[in-house]
Amino acid sequence: MLRVDLDIVRRWIAPGSRVLDLGCGDGELLRVLMDSRGVEGYGIEIDPEKITHCVARGVNVIEADVDQGLTDFPDKSFDTVLMANSMQVLRRPDHAIAEMLRVGQECIVTFPNFGNIRTRLFLAAWGRMPVTRQLPYQWYDTPNIHFCTVQDFEALCRERSIRVLHREFVAEQFPDRLLKGVWSNLFSATAIYHLAK
Amino acid sequence: MPDSFPPDSVGLAVPEVHHFTEPLELSCGRRLASYELVVETYGELNAARSNAVLICHALSGNHHAAGFHSVDDAKPGWWDDYIGPGKPIDTRYFYVVCLNNLGGCHGSTGPRAINPETGMRWGKHFPPLRVRDWVLSQARLADRLGIEQWAAVIGGSLGGMNAMRWALEYPARVRHCVVIASALKLTAQNIAFNEIARRAIRSDPDFRDGDFAEHGVVPRNGLALARMVGHVTYLSHALMGQRFGRELRSGSFARGLEVPVEFKVESYLHYQGDKFAESFDANTYLLITKMLDYFDLAREYGDDPAAAFRTARARFLVVSFTSDWRFAPQRSEEIVQALVAANRDVAYACIDSDMGHDAFLLPNARYEKLLRTYMNRVAETC
Repeated sequence: MLRVDLDIVRRWIAPGSRVLDLGCGDGELLRVLMDSRGVEGYGIEIDPEKITHCVARGVNVIEADVDQGLTDFPDKSFDTVLMANSMQVLRRPDHAIAEMLRVGQECIVTFPNFGNIRTRLFLAAWGRMPVTRQLPYQWYDTPNIHFCTVQDFEALCRERSIRVLHREFVAEQFPDRLLKGVWSNLFSATAIYHLAK
Repeated sequence: MPDSFPPDSVGLAVPEVHHFTEPLELSCGRRLASYELVVETYGELNAARSNAVLICHALSGNHHAAGFHSVDDAKPGWWDDYIGPGKPIDTRYFYVVCLNNLGGCHGSTGPRAINPETGMRWGKHFPPLRVRDWVLSQARLADRLGIEQWAAVIGGSLGGMNAMRWALEYPARVRHCVVIASALKLTAQNIAFNEIARRAIRSDPDFRDGDFAEHGVVPRNGLALARMVGHVTYLSHALMGQRFGRELRSGSFARGLEVPVEFKVESYLHYQGDKFAESFDANTYLLITKMLDYFDLAREYGDDPAAAFRTARARFLVVSFTSDWRFAPQRSEEIVQALVAANRDVAYACIDSDMGHDAFLLPNARYEKLLRTYMNRVAETC
């Protein structure tokens, strides 16, 4: 996770709160939140290697498949449920977000913005699925099966009556960083949403 | 002579007998005036006495977890793959303690021992035990060994129940609790298998209503049958298929019934059953399977496992195996959910294995790496 993304996510998490991180990877984000915000954090991960990394870091981790739902977790049992850069690998991101809103008081979702100008230009110019620095996979080997744009995500929130508490957009390159404030769907590489029901 | 042990072995293991004269008040209301525990230890207790690890054995286990009793031993202790220098429970860093639990039949006080009050063998009169009685006796052993707090208490199956009970009974004395292929309580199916095994033993004419020793006999058939049933439930469907399939050990279908056909799986089960009947005590089997059946972590906590775990202070590692249907992954996930609800630290992994319940004893690359990684963290806090 990039430093900027992390700083934004961290701002939205109250010190000492209970956090569930879906697709927590090697536990880096949770470790930072534990150390800097004193959160009581749990991660969910499916990859054996990454689970071992979490254990090595002393991060609480539970082996489970987010696509199977969070049925074991009671309603509102966490202050914040996070999903950083994992939504696009799920079979049903909409189900996952519904589950997050059930289990957490608030949710934070970060995702790569497929509406980014570079992605659009790639597809327009070459007529092929975009391969960028942020999304370095070919169409056939990518774990990312559900891309969306900032506009798509906004539409989902409207349809499902999800309240957007905050939204932040992160761009990596120079002109984009200035322009993302005006045209977020064109110039942001990553979108970060703070949600509630 | 020790040169002939493998370099990653703890080498020669020497069991020690600890005699306790302070009476042990048992959960059933009776008391043991005195008792003995047979113990093996591997590695060295450090100066801060902070590196002790307790290994809790399962139903048929004993104190001999690692190493060899002599250079002629064909097989090492029951968890030798995981305990030793350079192994996941690394004896270069940890002082590892394993005992034969109370009620056992490998030297600790149990049905085979003499009741000092009567001068007779305890036999079927040995008091019924609960897992908490084991914990209490193990706490006395820890006192004896100068261990105020365990770096980790580790157990699989019934041993996992033992480890969880430790974390509840003595929260300040357990830093880490490792619960492998275990459960908050047995399911009806699990109790059913135990009762089939018990009936096999009780209905052997040589059981003599539990007084077999007085009659100089052993209910071998009953014990063997109990073990055979148990063994089938410890393996997975896939593993039995791979290991035995429908291969024949003797006879052939072509020659008809003149030479009886014996499947490989049959001879394997008979061998396992007979071997078990040679060494295990029938009364111990009845006693310990009842401990398993009666175990219910949350019973005294309003049947709320989260409330139970709120008394614990340890960090937990919970491990299950995909093909284990005797202590299925769902049982471990119930433990994990209760720990999360109780705000306790926990790591949980469900290891891909086709070895069934026995997987917790067997080599497995991912399981080894996970346990090694976790134990390295434990070692850092010693």
